[in-house]
Parts: sequence; C-alpha cells; structure tokens
Amino acid sequence: MKVLIPTPLRSYTRQREVDAAGLTMAELLADLDRRYPGIRFRMIDEQDRMRRHVRFFVNGEQVFDLTRPLKPSDDIAIVQALSGG
Amino acid sequence: MANARKAATTSRTATKRASRPQAKPRVLVMVATRKGAWLYHGDAARRSWRTSGPHFLGHIINHMRLDPRDGRTLLAAAKTGHIGPTVFRSTDLGRTWKEAAKPPAFAKSPEGMRSRSVDHTFWLTPAHANEPNVWYAGTSPQGLFRSEDGGVTWAPFSTIHDDPKYRGWFGTEQDGTSDGPKLHSILVDPRDPAHLYFAMSGGGIHESVDKGRTWTPLVTGMEVVEGFDAANIAFHDPHCIRMCPSNPDRLYQQNHCGIYRLDRPSREWVRVGKAMPKKVGDIGLPMVVHPRDDNVAWVFPMDGGGVWPRTSPDGIPGAFVTRNGGKTWKRQAAGMPDGKAWWTVKRQAMAADGGDPVGLYVGTTSGELWASRNEGEKWSVLAQHLPEIYAVEAAEIG
Repeated sequence: MKVLIPTPLRSYTRQREVDAAGLTMAELLADLDRRYPGIRFRMIDEQDRMRRHVRFFVNGEQVFDLTRPLKPSDDIAIVQALSGG
Repeated sequence: MANARKAATTSRTATKRASRPQAKPRVLVMVATRKGAWLYHGDAARRSWRTSGPHFLGHIINHMRLDPRDGRTLLAAAKTGHIGPTVFRSTDLGRTWKEAAKPPAFAKSPEGMRSRSVDHTFWLTPAHANEPNVWYAGTSPQGLFRSEDGGVTWAPFSTIHDDPKYRGWFGTEQDGTSDGPKLHSILVDPRDPAHLYFAMSGGGIHESVDKGRTWTPLVTGMEVVEGFDAANIAFHDPHCIRMCPSNPDRLYQQNHCGIYRLDRPSREWVRVGKAMPKKVGDIGLPMVVHPRDDNVAWVFPMDGGGVWPRTSPDGIPGAFVTRNGGKTWKRQAAGMPDGKAWWTVKRQAMAADGGDPVGLYVGTTSGELWASRNEGEKWSVLAQHLPEIYAVEAAEIG
C-alpha cells in the first residue's frame, strides 16, 4: 500500500510516497524499517509507543493503536504534528 | 590502485615529516546547537579558521565529540523537534555522515516497573585508549549506554537503569533540567578502563571500579539547595565534572551549589568556590581543566539568585581561572563586553584545547562563539549569529 512520508523522514526514503506491506500498522512499520533501516525508531520508541509529535492516518482517520488492521487498498499518511520552533 | 596511490602518498609524507621538525597540531572546535552543528578548523596558531557547516541543519545536536584514538571519527547526538533521537557518525572528520544502526534505547523493564524511552542522547565520551571503538553515552532521561563498534550500535550499560534505588534517585521527568533530567560527565580513568564516573542532574555523582557492574554515590561534602536533605542523593545536582588529564586523581566540579574539588582517594568534595568574589558567587554550568596542570581550572559563573536567571551576574560576562587548585580565582574577561551582556553558557559549552598556551572556547545560548589563544587572558569572537549553542568541544588533529 502507499505510504505518505513527512519531510523529516525523507532522508530515509528519498521519496514523498513509498510502498510498504502489512496486515496491521505494526507490521507496516516493521516493513518500512526493513526497506529503510532506522526509520521506525524515529517514529516509535523502544517501548513501542508512538512518539509525541508523530501522527498516523489510515484513509484520513487518525490511528492510535499499532494493532489497527490494514487492507492492501488503504492509504497511509505519516504526519509530523505542528509543533516546535 | 587507489591503495597503492595512498601508500605512495603516505610514504612521501612520512619522508617529509622525518626531514622537518614535527608540525604543531591543528585545532578542531565542534559546536553543537539547537539547530545543527558547525566545525571550526583552526591552524596551529589558532589565528586562521575555516568553517564547515551547518551539519544536520534543523536537528537538535546536544553533543559532538572527536575520537582521540583515531583523530578522524566524529559522533553527534541528534534529534529533531518531531522525530526520535539518533546518533550520527563520521569517519572522515565530518565530510560524510551515517546514522547509527542502533541508537541508544532502553530495554524493556521488569514486570511492575515503568519502562522508559530515550528522549535524547546528551553526552558522548570515548572510552579508554586501550578500548578502540568503545564509546559511552549518557541520555535524558538518565541512562548509560555503551557502543563497542565506534558508535554504530549501542546497548544499555550497567545495572542502574532498573535498580529501584537508582530509579528513586533519577526523580521524575519534572525533576532535573528544563528539557529533561540528564546523565552526563562520563569520565574514564586513563590508568584503568574499569574505573568510571558519571553524574546526573539530578541524582549525584557515581563511581564504579568494576567497569560499571556496580556503582557507589560520591557526594560527601557537596551541598544541596537550602531546606533539602544532603543525605538524599536525588537532591544533588552536579552540573559538570572534569578529570584532570595530568592527574586523574583530581576532579573538579561545577555544581548547582558551588565549585568543588576532589582529590582521590578522599571521598569528600571541598567547596573551593568559596574563594570566588562574593558579588559573583560560585554558581555556573561549565567546568574546564588544564590539559597539563592540575592546579589550573576555569569556570563561567552565572546568576543563581532569585528565580535563577542563569545569565552572567549583573550582565557582565567573564571566565574565572584558578592557578592554585581553587585557593584563589581571577577574572578573565578582556575583550568581552563589560556590561549589558546577558549570556548563558551551558554545561557543555566551554572547552579547552591541548595547545601551549591552552586555547579556550565559550559558546553562548545567544549563538556567539568566543575564543582565547592565551588561557583566557584575552578573548575575541570566533563566530556570531549561530543558533543557541548547546555544546563546544575542542580537539587537536593531524
């Protein structure tokens, strides 16, 4: 499925949109990390918690749970929260 | 072919070196800021400087260090405002960088204990000269990590992370410094790789003589904020500890509550900051020691009164030097503004090189880098208009 990558993570993918696969959000992120080593840890901490300023959307709906099931037709967007300065 | 060419070049270089007196080393000043890092390459006289940077523009760089064992590997502790922490590594003095494959990260904690996550790596220390490629890292919240492959992969080091006693001394994320409590000042005894120290803000100073298997607090003689109990390790807030390269038995410390010296094997810190001028006081963040003389050390005092502005006392910045182990202190501010300058100098933002006389470097949170070629007697601006400076390190190269 297609995954939209935010600019802070494009040093890993070099692309705005990439392909990745998985039956859940957790599997999708693991697949992204296989393709782009190190990218998952910048979004998910070592206790498997989503980092504070990273948001995940499936078909426009925000996801808070990494066990959320996914379908091959889903559109995934990874977004950086508007914060900082 | 490339190797053959390199060998020929090396051989010619070696011949040239043999026929000429040994060249004085050049200086590398590493400046880590809230928005990236800059490298300043100085000639041997420290008069001519070449700038490289920004590196990692937009990343929060808490610390950058050169590996003195190979003279070319740099590690940088990085994160951004949005995504998680990492460590970058260069093996060519900053020309190219590669991210660590496994940055510092806590293990899962035992059942019933809250698992912690690294917010940022705060401190980097190359290990003993006999342990090439080994590095230590201190994090926020307080964690101690070790890499045995030059910073590519990191693992939790020692047992403090899940020790209930240490958990108590760590305090909560509301304790410690404003952007999170920190483990810092990781010191390695050059005579014994198993002899280590670290400090925590807050959480005191700790020593290990068995390569980090066990740790013992080392806080006797240190004061805490009025009204708190000095017997409680959690209340101790050392800001920066330095070991004298010329005498590893002597440590200097800039603490939240004064400047201290410790001469081992004693376990009692002595508040040598009481000899500072009363009007200035002995509160500050950084501590710097002379590379060859254990009686010489520098501090950069700040205002620790009222609500703790942490700016230069009365808006008059200046370093202070002792040349007798802390018995007396002398102001060194020639070249710096003589008023209306409200500098803050963070704990990692003052450094000495190995030159003779020693070069000193001070970075301010207002983005100025100041340098002295003569052990603090005269200062001048090396760089302006940088982002908020978090750390300054100096090293000799080639």
